[in-house]
Amino acid sequence: MSVPILELKGVEKRFGGNQVLRGVDLDVASATSLVVIGGSGSGKSVMLKNALGLMIPDAGQILFDGQDVTRSQGKDRDRMRARIGMLFQSAALFDSLRVWENVAFRLVQVDRLRRKEAKARAIETLRKVRLGPDVADLYPAEISGGMQKRVGLARAIISQPELIFFDEPTTGLDPITADAINDLIVEQVEALGAATVSITHDMASARKIADEIAMLFEGKIIWRGAASDVDVSGNPYVEQFVQGLAEGPIQPGF
Amino acid sequence: MPLLLRPFQLLGSAVLGVLRALGHLVMFCGSVLWSAITPRWYFGEIGRQMVRIGFYSLPVVGLAAVFIGAALALNIYVGGARFNAEQFVPTIVVLGITRELGPVITGLMLAGRVSAGIAAEVGAMRVTEQIDALTTLSASPKRYLYAPRLIAAVLTLPLLVVVADIIGVAGGWLVGVNSLGFDSVVYLRNTLDFLEMSDVTAGLIKSGVFGAIIALMGCYYGDRSQAGATGVGRAATLSMVSAAVLVLASNYVLSTLFVEFGL
Repeated sequence: MSVPILELKGVEKRFGGNQVLRGVDLDVASATSLVVIGGSGSGKSVMLKNALGLMIPDAGQILFDGQDVTRSQGKDRDRMRARIGMLFQSAALFDSLRVWENVAFRLVQVDRLRRKEAKARAIETLRKVRLGPDVADLYPAEISGGMQKRVGLARAIISQPELIFFDEPTTGLDPITADAINDLIVEQVEALGAATVSITHDMASARKIADEIAMLFEGKIIWRGAASDVDVSGNPYVEQFVQGLAEGPIQPGF
Repeated sequence: MPLLLRPFQLLGSAVLGVLRALGHLVMFCGSVLWSAITPRWYFGEIGRQMVRIGFYSLPVVGLAAVFIGAALALNIYVGGARFNAEQFVPTIVVLGITRELGPVITGLMLAGRVSAGIAAEVGAMRVTEQIDALTTLSASPKRYLYAPRLIAAVLTLPLLVVVADIIGVAGGWLVGVNSLGFDSVVYLRNTLDFLEMSDVTAGLIKSGVFGAIIALMGCYYGDRSQAGATGVGRAATLSMVSAAVLVLASNYVLSTLFVEFGL
């Protein structure tokens, strides 16, 4: 078996007295799509931030293409990050920059590409997410939430990354726009041949974009299997979550 | 724990909390200062921040300076009249403005306008994950966001203080000539004859330090902002209060040093 593009080994993270991750083990093979599902407060976002190197785990190891994410520094880390894309839950577009400047941020500020060339690349990438060149010169506040998600997706894919993280890609969108975003994710990921890790509690989104689904509960992966098996997992936690039932082993997180 | 030891425990944890916060602050300021003096520099961002911090602060600094200069002239005239020393109004106004009030008033006005503004902006970026996004795009927030603000504040504060000095002296001159019966030429000659370069230099050095304090407090509290409108609002308030207090405290320390070294 080839080396997974991403591996989490026994990752633990605690905030004060609250142990959020209790030894997460997970691996993602190249060009596969893994969706991690789990309720609010189950530790999905913390796991993602650790995998991205935005947080340092208290214990365990995170490897990207065999390289330790938590130990890499300077140019090594920059090179590693250039191979990773991220779509944030709120798109996290920079308010003070125009849409094309957001999309081409890495090209202009990090790779130091000329602005004219970077803008052409940004417009080309915006077209891939079904946004016209007229959007390029607008500011993020001037476009809708669904368009912001597409711009965020364009920013995530412009450098043709090998691994893309999606944090709740459909949250806050109406069902039609959410489905369109899911289609775009599938289409662009297939075109790039990238591996993806998505976290969501939107089962429609999970079914659409996942090759595999894993469930995180109380800081541990409690089930993992093919996306087609999620309805016949035989795991009471997964069944309750997939069916969206208040009754079951998982207590609603009020 | 015995009840008698409880006060010591509370005192100990409070001291440790203060030391921890101080450690965070020193580490943060040190790393931003390092980012500001070592490449890479984002010149476009520095230019943008210089316009925002310097150019857009001109009206508020100018208005504050003219009123301070005018009020200073009036008060010195009233006080000086008790010793038949009214003729010293121009000299004391220019010394007071250049050495003390110009930099301090500019520092305090910018603690409100700029420090709180930076904290609110950076805080909003923190809670909307824009700072995380910067990191994932291989752009260090300290180099891309904080260092340009620090450099811009340190460079523009002295320029604003020069403007405040000129407008403050002009405010004193307006009142001196129109209300206190000074001859315009005599007022201006007295202003310039007793002014030394060191008076202006002292004010400019102070203002550079105030610029650093204002930018660092804004960035520090913005970076540590908690989620929600309350968190961002609290960051803005804390940065403004801290910057204002530190401006006044550092003003005293610097004034003492200048006196010691004869500046």
